[in-house]
Amino acid sequence: MRHQRIAFVVMVAFFAAVPLLVYPVFMMKVMCFALFACAFNLLIGFGGLLSFGHAMFLGTAGYITAHAAKEWGLAPELAILLGTAAAFGLGVVTGLLAIRRQGIYFAMITLALAQMIYFFYLQAPFTHGEDGIQAVPRGRLFGFIDLSNITVMYYTVFTVFIAGFLLIWRVIHSPFGQVLKAIRENEARAISLGYDTTHYKFMAFVLSATLAGLAGATKALVFQLASLTDVHWTMSGEVVLMTLLGGLGTIFGPVVGALVIITMENYLAQLGAWVTIVQGIIFVVCVLTFRRGVVGEIAHFIKKTL
Amino acid sequence: MTEIFGVPTQALFGQLLIGLINGSFYALLSLGLAVIFGLLNIINFTHGAQYMLGAFCAYFLLNKLGVGYWWSLLLAPLVVGAFGMLIERTMLKHLYKLDHLYGLLLTFGLALVIQGLFRHQFGSSGLPYPIPQELTGSRNLGFMFLPNYRAWVIVASLAMCLATWFVIEKTRLGAYLRAATENPALVQAFGINVPRMIMLTYGFGVALATFAGVMAAPIYQVNPLMGADMIIVVFAVVVIGGMGSIMGSIVTGFGLGVVEGLTKVFYPEASNTVIFIIMAIVLLIKPAGLFGTQR
Amino acid sequence: MSAVKKLSAAVALALGSLGAQAQISDGVIKIGVLNDQSSLYADLTGTGSVVAARLAVEDFGAAKKGMKVEILSADHQNKPDVGSAVARQWYDVDKVDVIVDVPNSGVALAVNQITRDKAKAFIVSGAATSDLTGKACSPNTIHWTYDTWMLANGTGNAIVKTGGNSWFFLTADYAFGHALERDTEQVVLKSGGKVLGKVRHPLNTQDFSSFLLQAQSSKAKIIGLANAGGDTTNSIKQAAEFGIVKAGQNLAGLLVFLTDVHGLGLNNAQGLIFTETFYWDLNESTRAFGKRFAQANRGIHPTMIHAGVYAGVLHYLKAVEALKSDDGTKVIAKMKDTPTDDPLFGKGRIRADGRKLHDAYLVEVKKPAESKYPWDYYKIRATIPANEAFRPEKDGGCSLVK
Repeated sequence: MRHQRIAFVVMVAFFAAVPLLVYPVFMMKVMCFALFACAFNLLIGFGGLLSFGHAMFLGTAGYITAHAAKEWGLAPELAILLGTAAAFGLGVVTGLLAIRRQGIYFAMITLALAQMIYFFYLQAPFTHGEDGIQAVPRGRLFGFIDLSNITVMYYTVFTVFIAGFLLIWRVIHSPFGQVLKAIRENEARAISLGYDTTHYKFMAFVLSATLAGLAGATKALVFQLASLTDVHWTMSGEVVLMTLLGGLGTIFGPVVGALVIITMENYLAQLGAWVTIVQGIIFVVCVLTFRRGVVGEIAHFIKKTL
Repeated sequence: MTEIFGVPTQALFGQLLIGLINGSFYALLSLGLAVIFGLLNIINFTHGAQYMLGAFCAYFLLNKLGVGYWWSLLLAPLVVGAFGMLIERTMLKHLYKLDHLYGLLLTFGLALVIQGLFRHQFGSSGLPYPIPQELTGSRNLGFMFLPNYRAWVIVASLAMCLATWFVIEKTRLGAYLRAATENPALVQAFGINVPRMIMLTYGFGVALATFAGVMAAPIYQVNPLMGADMIIVVFAVVVIGGMGSIMGSIVTGFGLGVVEGLTKVFYPEASNTVIFIIMAIVLLIKPAGLFGTQR
Repeated sequence: MSAVKKLSAAVALALGSLGAQAQISDGVIKIGVLNDQSSLYADLTGTGSVVAARLAVEDFGAAKKGMKVEILSADHQNKPDVGSAVARQWYDVDKVDVIVDVPNSGVALAVNQITRDKAKAFIVSGAATSDLTGKACSPNTIHWTYDTWMLANGTGNAIVKTGGNSWFFLTADYAFGHALERDTEQVVLKSGGKVLGKVRHPLNTQDFSSFLLQAQSSKAKIIGLANAGGDTTNSIKQAAEFGIVKAGQNLAGLLVFLTDVHGLGLNNAQGLIFTETFYWDLNESTRAFGKRFAQANRGIHPTMIHAGVYAGVLHYLKAVEALKSDDGTKVIAKMKDTPTDDPLFGKGRIRADGRKLHDAYLVEVKKPAESKYPWDYYKIRATIPANEAFRPEKDGGCSLVK
C-alpha cells in the first residue's frame, strides 16, 4: 500500500510540474487519455471483460459536451457534466445488452454496438460528419475562471484527472473492487459464493463507461473540437494498446501506457504510417513476451502491487 | 415500370445484384475466418490485412513478373498462405494455452504492422489493376449493365465456398481436422501430426483471404487500407453465422450482401449499420450464431 | 524550449543574417505547409505544395534580401483533429507565422478559426468551401486558387447551357461536398434546370457501384460528381465499367485536377469538362514554371493548387518585406491592399473578404490522339474573366464587407 502511495505522489508531482517544461496542450491530451485508459482498465484489468468498443463512450461525451458548450452556450462544468451523463446513459443501455455474454462474444458485441454508434454519428446532422464540431468555446468555469488561459485550463484538466483517478483507486480498494477481482479470477466460484456476478459486472461496465465519458468530455474542451476520430474503432484499439502496454490490472499502468503511446505518436506523427507500425509491434511484443506491461513488470520485480 | 414499395423494380434488382457481388467477398472472407476460428479457436484479426496482401501480391505479380490474373489466383494464395503458416509457427502457437483474447490482440497488432508498412510504402490512394482481358465488357440485363467481371466474382466465390464446405464437412481430411480440434491429444495418439495440421489449416484460411484479395484487385482498387474496414464487417458476418460454422458463414455472407443492397435502396444511410444491428440482435437471442453450436 | 516538437522535414532556407528583421518575430519567417500527404489528395497537393513554396521563396530572393525564411510541412490526414492539433502546436510552440495550402474544407475551417484566435496568417490554396470568404471569413485568411462557387458557376453554367438540364448529384459527405453541391444546385436551378436527386457517399469510398446505380435509375442527363481526388477518379472509372456513359448519361466532374486526368489516362478522361484557374501550358511563364516544378517534383506537373501555393507565398513575402513585420493580421491586410502580380496568375487583386480574384478557364480534356506531348491534356474552351468568375462580394454574408 505504501508503494502505491509513493507512486501516487510521484504521479501528482509529475503532472503538476511538467507544464513548465513541456507543451501544456500535449500534457492535457496525455491526462485525458490516461483517464480513459484507467477507466478501460477498470473493466478489463479488474473485471476481466475486454471491451472493443470503448471509443463510443469517449466520443459520445465529447460530442454532447461540444454541442452543449457551442450551441446551447452551457458553462464548461455543465457541459462536461452533461457529456459524462450521456456516456453514463449509453453505458447503461449497452451494458444491459452486452453484459449477459462473456469472453469473445462480449468483445464482439461491444464492437458491434460501437460501430452502430459510429455510423449514427456519421449521419447525425449535429455532429457535422467528417468536419466535426469545431470552435467549441472553453468558456468560464463556474462563471469566473477563464479557461482560455492555457495554464488555468491545464490545472482544471489536472484536477479532473486526479479526481477520476482517485475515484478508480477507491473503487479498486473497496469491497466492490474485491468482488470484481474475485469474478475475474474465477467467476464460477464467485457465483457459488452467492455473488450476483452479472450485477457486479454491469456496475463495473457502467462506471468504466462514465469515467471514459468524463475523459472524452474534458478532451472536447481542451481541443475545442469533437470529431469522428473519437468514435472510430481504431480509437478503441488504441486504449487497449495503452492499457496492455502499461499493464493490465495494475493501478498506474494505464497512465504510463497513455504517456508512452501519446508521446510516441507525437514523435512519429510526421512519419505518418510509422505510428501504426510501431503500435502494431508493441501489441505483438506485449502479447508474446511482455504480458505484464511496463508497470506490471516493475511491480513483479519489486514484488508489490502497483 | 413496376414498383415495389415505391421503388422501381429495375433499381431494386440492380442493387440486389450489387449486393450479391459484395456478399461474395463477405462470404469468402468470413469463410476463411470461420475455418480458422472453428478449427483452431484463433480469432484472426489479421484476415483483413491478408486479404490486402492478396491484392498487392496480384499487383506485384503482374507488374514485376508479368504474371497475369489467372496465375495470380493460384500463386498469390500459395505465397501469402505460406506467410500465414510462418506467422502460425512463430507466434500464434505460443498462445494456444492462453485466453482467446490474446490471440485477438496479437493478430490485431500484426494487422496494424502489415497495414502500416504498406501504407508507408504506397500511401493510401489505390493502385490500378486491370480487369483481365477475358472478362472485360458487360452484359445488358435490361435492368442494368452487369459487368462480366462482377458476374465472375459471384460464380467463383460460390464455387470456392462450396468446395471448402465439401472438403471440411464431407471428406476424410476434413474429418481429421474436426477431430483434431475437439481432442488433439487423442488424434495425435492415432499418429496424425496435429501441429502440422493446425499450421496447414491456418495457411488455408489465409489462402482463402488471399484469393478474395486477388479477385477484389480489379474492382476495388489495390490499396493498403482495403482490409481495415472490411474486417469489422466480416467479423460481424462470422458472429451472426455462428463462429465455427462453415455453412453459416457462407449463407450469412451472401445474405448480408443482399440485405445491405436492399437497405441501400430503401434507407441508404443505414446500409453500413444494418449488419451490426443484426449482429447485436443475434448475439442477444442466440449467442452461438444462427448456425453455430455453443462452445 | 519544449521537449516535444512536431517539426517534420524542415526545409530551412535560413541564410544571411543581416538585414531588416527588426519586427519579424524571432528573426525568421516560418511558413507551414499543411496538407494531405498520404491519402486521396496527396498527388494534387502533398509534397508538391512544399516544392511550390520553396520555389516561391527562391524566386522572391529571400537570401539576397537578407530575410530568413523556413518552411515546415505536415500531413493532416484529412482529419480536423489532426489538422487543428498541428496548427495549434505550430503557432504556439514552433512559432510558425503563416500556414498555407490545407486542402479538405473541414480542416481548413478549423485552421481558419485557430489562425483567427491567435492572430496569425492563413493562405488557403487547397480547400474549396466558399464559406471561407463567406460566413467564416476572417481578417487573417486569404482564399487563393478557387472555391466551390466558382466551380459551380463555371462548370454548372457551361453544362446547362449546352443542354444538360437535369442533374443527379453524387456528393462527398463533408463540408466541401455539401458546399459544392449546394452552389452547383443553385446555378442549375437558376439557369432553368432540374435536380432529380442526390446521394451522399463517405469520403474515400472505394466502391461506387450502388451510388452509380441510383444515379442511373434517376435518368438524369448529367451526373454531377461533387467530390475530388481519388473519389472522383474512382467514380469515373466505375461509371465506365457500368456503361453509364454508353447508356446515354454524361458525367460532370465538378472538381478535377491535372493529376486526376493523369491518373485516369486520356482514354477514360477524354471529353470531361470542368473549370480550373491555372494550367501549366497556358503561356510562356506558366510553361517555364511547369518545367521547373516538374523537375523538382518527380516529373509531376503543377496543379492549380500548387500554383496557388507558389503565388500566395510570393505575395505574402512581398507584403512582409514592405511592412517589415510578420504580424499575421497586418500582413493579410497589406496583401489585400497590394495588387498581385506573379508569373502564374498574372495581375490580380484580393478583396476585403479575402477572396483572390483571377481569371478562370473552362477546359476540356483532349482525346488521346490530340495530345502531342506528356501532360498535354487540356483544350481551353473559354476564359471567364475575374470579375465574373467569383461570387459577388455582397452575396457572401461576410462581416468584413461593408
